[in-house]
Amino acid sequence: MTTFAMPESIVLRWAQTPGMTELEPYRRAGGYEAARRVAAGELAPEAVIEALVASGLRGKGGAGFPTGQKWKFIPRQAPVTYVVVNGDEGEPCTFKDRTLLEGAPHLLIEGVLIAALTVGARKAYVYLRREFYRARRTLEAALEQARAAGLVGRGVFGSARDVEIVVHSGAGAYIAGEETALLESLEGRRALPRLRPPFPAQAGLYQRPTLLNNVETLCHVPVILTLGPERYKDYGPPALFSVSGHVVRPGVYEAPLGVKLRSLIFDYAGGLRPGRRFKAAFPGGSSSMPLVADHLDVPMDYDSLRVLGSMLGSAAVIVIDDSADMVEIIARTVEFYREESCGKCTPCREGTIWATQVLERILHGRGRPEDLALLEGIARGMTGTCFCPLGESVPPSLVASLRHFRDEYERYIAGATRGH
Amino acid sequence: MSGPPARPLGAEARAEIARLVGLYEHRQSALLPALFVAQREHGYLSPEALAGVAEALDLPVSEVASVASFYRLFYLKPVGRHVIQVCTNLACMLNGCAAVVRRFGERLGVASGETTADGRFTLRTVECLAACEEAPAVLVDEDRWARVTPGDIDRLLERYP
Repeated sequence: MTTFAMPESIVLRWAQTPGMTELEPYRRAGGYEAARRVAAGELAPEAVIEALVASGLRGKGGAGFPTGQKWKFIPRQAPVTYVVVNGDEGEPCTFKDRTLLEGAPHLLIEGVLIAALTVGARKAYVYLRREFYRARRTLEAALEQARAAGLVGRGVFGSARDVEIVVHSGAGAYIAGEETALLESLEGRRALPRLRPPFPAQAGLYQRPTLLNNVETLCHVPVILTLGPERYKDYGPPALFSVSGHVVRPGVYEAPLGVKLRSLIFDYAGGLRPGRRFKAAFPGGSSSMPLVADHLDVPMDYDSLRVLGSMLGSAAVIVIDDSADMVEIIARTVEFYREESCGKCTPCREGTIWATQVLERILHGRGRPEDLALLEGIARGMTGTCFCPLGESVPPSLVASLRHFRDEYERYIAGATRGH
Repeated sequence: MSGPPARPLGAEARAEIARLVGLYEHRQSALLPALFVAQREHGYLSPEALAGVAEALDLPVSEVASVASFYRLFYLKPVGRHVIQVCTNLACMLNGCAAVVRRFGERLGVASGETTADGRFTLRTVECLAACEEAPAVLVDEDRWARVTPGDIDRLLERYP
């Protein structure tokens, strides 16, 4: 048996190298050189965008939209343009953005500077979820250092360009991670999603053109400009997977897109606990359709997962072994969306309440045989009928569990008690 | 209570809110941060605190109350000196958070959402804290505690007088 050697990381390594929360070690390691070249005009905005397009980078928040194209959509010559960073990492079991913020704040600041200089923004807001106290302290301290060194604020890198970066904190609402709801929240209102179009690129924060990117997405940008898109792509291209649940070494792992689910679990995360067998895994957060043992050799990339009816989402891999009760897991998942539904759309608001009630009665031994068809009907009613992706997040796992683990539901309905 | 104070927010809080307003193109953007300033000063968002924020930002009190009630981390009722947030989402559930929640409840004599009679602790079960490599994860005020077991809880509580 050969031992597995984890490949060299090019993004995550910044967060795993001690000292990278400080400016000087980051600069000595080559940090801020890409931003300096952009500020000095050595790299024109067109060249930056071309590099991003060539790199194939896609948004890491969950939607997977091509980043270069997003940057291209920002109109030139607008009087005011903003950059907004989505650091409201709330998709269950996703923790890569927090890891980057706590370990490599200067990498994010450099990505924000490059974004602002490229699209002509003088101001950027970093929206962090409130619970990220440590991340926020780390980022604020790093911003202070960068400001004192003239890299942020007036005349960045000695150029005539100003880029101010403001850290803004949320107040506890999963829905604020949806990009238009985030803008509402940043404007001081309830985090309710907006109708699109117009997209934020045309009318975002204060109805101004706004470039909105996830923390991890922006952390890839300096790496792409430093290595060049071709060498960057040689690494996979790389993606950060948050692996959690029933694994020996839960954590964030950088692996090439297309890595096998089996390898993530058994090579990177140390496998399952002794004596346990694999049961299921969510490949991209609890909004993605869970995979089962037949899928262990599926490549973890956008297209392969989409073909299966699942998605890469935020690349949060939640691993479940045979000790877990699938009905409890699905009930907990649906309860989460019930808690977090903003209440705007009826199918999401009512569907999550209704499905939770049915699942709870099944778990408490009061389930009826027709409940399984009822759950399928609720899931159908929530598919394609909601304003934003929240309501759409319930059906995939609910339906998949009814397909793959129907026997567990049936055991409860036949009178088994919790835990069998 | 002996009636609301003359000014609902202190001078320091009002100065801080004025500074926050300067960070944004529209003053309402300062609402969430301003509510945290008021909450820190009053311990929770009392009607006086909400009115104070409304006055400082020149917004209707109804709008301020509507926004405050949308977000989970604004407290519209008094909370304990320390707020304990126990994550119960999937990764923590799979790693035994139920026993942690139960132990906190027994030790403090409260259920989730309640405050101890001495006003020291409020216990809340919460959604994913994005600290899943440390499951079960617990936040006490601004401190994150990793891989918490029921056996850790007595020592943990002692740190928060």
